[in-house]
Amino acid sequence: MTTGAGLSPLEGQIRQWRAYLRRRRAINGPDVEELETHLRDQVSVLTQAGLADDEAFLVAVKRMGSLDALSREFAREHSERLWKQLVIAPDGDTPLATVTRTETLVVFALAVAAALAIKTPALFGLQIDDNAAEPFYARNASFFVLPFLTGYFVWKRRMDPRHWLWLAVPFVAAALVVNTFPFTRGSNTEALTALHLPIALGLVVGVAYVGGRWFHGGGRMDFVRFLGELFIYYVLIALGGGVFTAFTMMMFAAIAVRADWLAAGWLIPCGAMGAVLVGSWLVEAKQSVIENMAPVLTRLFTPLFTIVLLVFLATMAWTGRPIDIQRNVLIAFDLLLVLVLGLVVYSASARDPEAPPNLFDGLQLLLIVSALVVDAVALAAIASRISEFGFTPNRVAALGENLILLVNLAWSAWLYATFLRGRTPFRALEAWQTAYLPVYSIWAALVVVLFPPLFAYA
Amino acid sequence: MDLGKDLVAASATPLVLAILAEGESYGYAIIRRVRELSDGHLNWTDGMLYPVLHRLERQRLVASKWGSSESGRRRKYYRLTKDGRRALEAERKRWQTVDQTLHRIWMKACQV
Repeated sequence: MTTGAGLSPLEGQIRQWRAYLRRRRAINGPDVEELETHLRDQVSVLTQAGLADDEAFLVAVKRMGSLDALSREFAREHSERLWKQLVIAPDGDTPLATVTRTETLVVFALAVAAALAIKTPALFGLQIDDNAAEPFYARNASFFVLPFLTGYFVWKRRMDPRHWLWLAVPFVAAALVVNTFPFTRGSNTEALTALHLPIALGLVVGVAYVGGRWFHGGGRMDFVRFLGELFIYYVLIALGGGVFTAFTMMMFAAIAVRADWLAAGWLIPCGAMGAVLVGSWLVEAKQSVIENMAPVLTRLFTPLFTIVLLVFLATMAWTGRPIDIQRNVLIAFDLLLVLVLGLVVYSASARDPEAPPNLFDGLQLLLIVSALVVDAVALAAIASRISEFGFTPNRVAALGENLILLVNLAWSAWLYATFLRGRTPFRALEAWQTAYLPVYSIWAALVVVLFPPLFAYA
Repeated sequence: MDLGKDLVAASATPLVLAILAEGESYGYAIIRRVRELSDGHLNWTDGMLYPVLHRLERQRLVASKWGSSESGRRRKYYRLTKDGRRALEAERKRWQTVDQTLHRIWMKACQV
């Protein structure tokens, strides 16, 4: 053979050509290999005929035909390849395939481990479908799945053992805190703890997700994207799981065997835990395969929510009706802000930061401002009656969250406004959102750790 | 001589089938055989052969398997199937009809 081993210029050229070919969706791994062997045959015949390596390469590539024409022909024959398939094992590239096979096994093992973890307390007499054990499961839900998810990313990102030991610390500390606090049965602080712990520990998952490099590069935004996609995948898997459970129940009901215990005690809890890992793995695997869904939903719903908020404000102004202050009204407005924040974050996650301001950015600003006005009206209504209601743990938590979201959105609105006038780059908004991520977790951690003692575990 | 896209495309199937009827072969060798048989007049863009081979494989006229080349690289070998042999026979009849028809009219033109 005339083609030298190692990285001769010819090898480099062939490698580059192969990389261009691989990018074509209609041409898959084995096809690339077949074409490459062809190219090498041609090159070696030409060099034997006396051409220099690079001349032979140029002629061979020319004879192969332009990449566009080639991929068009392949697409005509293999139209199915144009549908982006979620292929877990990328075909052709052997080393890559073995890595994904290992990953499949690791994820499967972790998912099974998470499913078993939620069944372990049952060994100690705490049945999951038992009402008395409900607070225990609510408080500890994070521990059945998040350590495994963190473990997956630690493994995937090949983190240093010294780093991942630090990641274990928050889990151990949180487990000690929530299980040693002397909560009153059915207390508000216990419910708040159960609700806020996953948010607090989410930061640990995030640190593992970015491979310990929280402050470097765009890792945090990737984590945000990951969460959005995971949510969508989780909902889809849950839908499938629902159908599966319904069928299981139906079939056993047909032969008059009760399967409720199977569904409530095993299928649903184990599935709910395992699905987090399987969903995360799918998001990791598909990154480059399928269009991200969360930004698409954002695009669809941003205009709708903007219209609803504006109409709501107009109606309120027109009719002069005050907001009816019910017990849970603060939580409702918190959720509104969370939703608006989600729309802002996910549209930012999919936006090309270099692109100039467009109509959609204006719409985002309108959405934020209208949400802020609605929230301000609600807060004013609540503030006037807060002394009357008193400071319960739920109300303080809801108020704190409202404040955190309000600060974020107000500054986002300011950044959007200056961006629209061309004063700041879009990256400023992105940086603001990613820098703000730990705030949610820190607040959640405060609620978990400080609220129960502050409010006497009530 | 420029044969035109349509004629090249139409003749691809019978040519590939006929070459594979001579025995198992692979892409680069098929291209070389085509050049040789046509005295260099049929100059296919090399890459275009593969979608044709893949189509014939989908139609089960040819079958493929991976082997290795002299240099040890993986190479895909194609051979004719029974269906392929039948299809080749049908193609031969079709092309002979076209050939005969054209031949007759051209002979007549020569005689005039």
